[in-house]
Amino acid sequence: MDGLDDIVEEFLVESHENLDQLDSDLVALEQDPNSRERLSSIFRTIHTIKGTSGFLAFNRLEEVTHVGENMLSRLRDGELDLTPTRTSVLLQMVDSVRSLLTSIEASGGEGPVDVSGVVAAITAAMEDAPAAPAAVIPAPRAAPAAKKAPAAKKAPVKKAATAKTTARKATTPRAKATAPAAPAAAPLDDAPVAVLADELPETVDVHPVVDAFSDHAEESEAAPAASGDGQPRRAVADSTIRVDVDLLDELMLLVGELVLTRNQIVQNVARQTDTDLIRASQRLNLIASELQEGVMKTRMQPIDHIWSKLPRVVRDLGLQLKKSITLEMEGRETELDKTLLEAVKDPLTHLVRNSVDHGIETPDERRKAGKPAEGVLTLRARHESGQVVVEVADDGAGIDPAKLGAKAVQRGLVTADALTRMSPADILQMIFLPGFSTAAAVTNVSGRGVGMDVVKTNIESIGGTIEVESEAGRGTVCRLRIPLTLAIVPALTVECAGDRYAIPQISLQELVSLDAEKAANAVEEVGGAQVYRLRGELLPLVRLTDVLGLTSERHDGHVVIAVLRSEGRRFGLVVDRVINTEEIVVKAVGGQMKAIGLYSGATVLGDGTVALILDVQALARRALRTETTDRQDSQKAAAHAAAASETERQRMLLAAIGGGRRVAIPLDTVTRLEQVRTDSVEKVGNREVVQYRGAILPIVRLDRHLGAYGESDREVLEVIVYADHGRSVAIVVEEILDIVDGEAAIRSDIDDLGLLGSAVLGDKVTELLDVRAAILAADPAFYNTPAIPAQMTPEGATTSLLEV
Amino acid sequence: MTAPTDIKAPATSGQLATFRLDGDLYGIEVEHVQEVLRSQQLTRVPLAPSAVAGLINLRGQVVTAIELRERLGRPPRPEGTDAVVIVVRLHGEAVSLLVDSIADVVDVDAKDFEAPPDTLEGQARDLIRGAYKLHGQLLLALDVQKAVSA
Repeated sequence: MDGLDDIVEEFLVESHENLDQLDSDLVALEQDPNSRERLSSIFRTIHTIKGTSGFLAFNRLEEVTHVGENMLSRLRDGELDLTPTRTSVLLQMVDSVRSLLTSIEASGGEGPVDVSGVVAAITAAMEDAPAAPAAVIPAPRAAPAAKKAPAAKKAPVKKAATAKTTARKATTPRAKATAPAAPAAAPLDDAPVAVLADELPETVDVHPVVDAFSDHAEESEAAPAASGDGQPRRAVADSTIRVDVDLLDELMLLVGELVLTRNQIVQNVARQTDTDLIRASQRLNLIASELQEGVMKTRMQPIDHIWSKLPRVVRDLGLQLKKSITLEMEGRETELDKTLLEAVKDPLTHLVRNSVDHGIETPDERRKAGKPAEGVLTLRARHESGQVVVEVADDGAGIDPAKLGAKAVQRGLVTADALTRMSPADILQMIFLPGFSTAAAVTNVSGRGVGMDVVKTNIESIGGTIEVESEAGRGTVCRLRIPLTLAIVPALTVECAGDRYAIPQISLQELVSLDAEKAANAVEEVGGAQVYRLRGELLPLVRLTDVLGLTSERHDGHVVIAVLRSEGRRFGLVVDRVINTEEIVVKAVGGQMKAIGLYSGATVLGDGTVALILDVQALARRALRTETTDRQDSQKAAAHAAAASETERQRMLLAAIGGGRRVAIPLDTVTRLEQVRTDSVEKVGNREVVQYRGAILPIVRLDRHLGAYGESDREVLEVIVYADHGRSVAIVVEEILDIVDGEAAIRSDIDDLGLLGSAVLGDKVTELLDVRAAILAADPAFYNTPAIPAQMTPEGATTSLLEV
Repeated sequence: MTAPTDIKAPATSGQLATFRLDGDLYGIEVEHVQEVLRSQQLTRVPLAPSAVAGLINLRGQVVTAIELRERLGRPPRPEGTDAVVIVVRLHGEAVSLLVDSIADVVDVDAKDFEAPPDTLEGQARDLIRGAYKLHGQLLLALDVQKAVSA
């Protein structure tokens, strides 16, 4: 066994803490036997341990907690009174649980701990109702012991705990090495023996409680000494500390303030000349950043934390339902605030169970549908636009909107009339209505009509959203969007009508700045809506001033576009100017601001002014007409279809070669783009070369080669360094234009020397360069002979280059 | 104005922080008032309700500023005069009110209290709990909760 399973480890940490609490609770309970609250708390703790141990297949642990739970539930319900006897058997139960946990931690198994004694004792104590005369005999014997127990307990238990802790320290590494032999772990060190041995008699027999405790105390004292020279490796429970999330929140707030203050200082110091001050401010800058990162990290946990439990859920459920399912996970390292992580745990588990139960079909059905028998359930997590997007996708039967609609009508959730007016996507969202379940049969997994609405409520309670997409026969995707509140986010600050606004960097794709002349040509109108051609794709433009009902202060015709992406849609936000990128702290705004639905919050900028943070999603929803969405959807669908039908799409580099001609070069073979001064071009025979990274790079001028006429008197040449099969060559073009997705399909075979053909790329006819041929045509001898004079190329590297 | 010292303060009464707005005297419960500031730089909030004057930076905290003149249906503050900012704290959230000037803290007596005068109209009527008859002046008690929920 390689270390403890994560789940087991977590269970141990949690249980140890709970047990410490339990000890004091039980003792306190004896003073105040009627405290329902305390009883309930104890009950919950034991119940939790029982539940988890059952899940993890620790049977003895389950057994002992089970009887304990029985007794506690009767105590809680007032069916039994808490007598000292019962308190002491409960304490014994706690001790057995503790020794079982110790053994589990040391060896991964329950080891030799025997629980039958304590189980019997508890059962006996439960029968031992005050009215029952049969119980009179054992009671007085047990009672004095128990009376002394609390007193004895208070002191030794603490020591025992220490002893156990140190014992764990001492044994863990060795135990791991020798595992899985649990008994073998015991003789390795005195400490565990002490712990196990003194608890065993006590658990077997109710009466010698006091003796056992005194032993316990002595041996416990010995234990630290024994482990004094022990290994320094920390035990599971000691390597972490629990910190109140509130405290972390507070720290986070303070760090946020520090970051803002830092921004202000850095901004002010930039105007100073005092070098010491500047240096100090730089250090402050660095330290504040690191501190910020550190504090953020304390709250962040990879989503794997909750995902790691899912393979088992899927496996067990799959077996139970006789389905064969592979679980795939993408983005398991995506980090999420701890609080949010906890909040999505249950909804996510539910979605996964749902997918397994309803989504993925049985192997037979799948085969009939022409799909592989094994279903695939995919979990994806990623950061998008300041949110964490978590998807649960299956390749199952999907949801049929027609069936779903009929069901909804049948359940009276919607009228038949209303249904006809709903789009398929809207119909799908009805699965989130309370009281909706589409499962034909109620299984014990799901289908009771609670679930999706609860999932939705849970997600929305943390400010997230959930949406479902499904294609009948192809599968279903449930997408959760979870906000990253509290976070310090990098943002772009822009100016609009004299005010500054912050745009979370995560929604920002690129910035485009057009001068008046270019803007006049490049910004076009389509049916009253402004668009910009961004690399051939129409980018809908949204003027921030229009959205906000303000008047732009920019009158020089320049257009600054922030290209944003929201929910898969891309649009350009036109702002007056771009100011800066800055780390901002998201501050909550009052309810009135939220109700506007355009701002996700506000922040304080470096100079102390308040800036509103734009909610890009809301902005997109508000500003983009539905038709734009539809069009983009159909485009996306077309793109999908294209991608499915032919995988030949290629990224192409577009370059102008003069004379208005454009060529495309496959991007995957372009090593880099360089600029070369014309005066560094040297001649070798009638060929041009340039020194490049210690090698000699032959140059091909495309304009000459393809018969275009370019300007030959440029000072700087734009060069595409092209590598093919380990050989390199520099291709000189007039201007690098763009990178586009080339569509192999629209090639025409109008070709010319040095061309593969032509295609429409970015709405213009573009020549597809045959690189090999181009070089050949320019210099046929170049490929055949390693003809470059040897004196030019002493290095081996060049030789290979010349073999091109 | 001077604090009317002859007013006894029975248990049902309390202290009001008073301020002036368009010539009238208003008061809010002193326990709601967190602090009073001079005019602050405001960041306007496009599309917000008209009573929202903007956001201010209160030592790193972003606080909404409500223009009380607008809220009470009074004419805008004359050009060249600065507003005074009263920061109130309600349910743990800070909100600020823009008023003309701040006046004293006044002890008020429940027996001087009367329902809002019938002459009060419109939105103002909803926001005024009533009036305390002070010497030579009426003190209008503002319902802070309602006033800030613009």
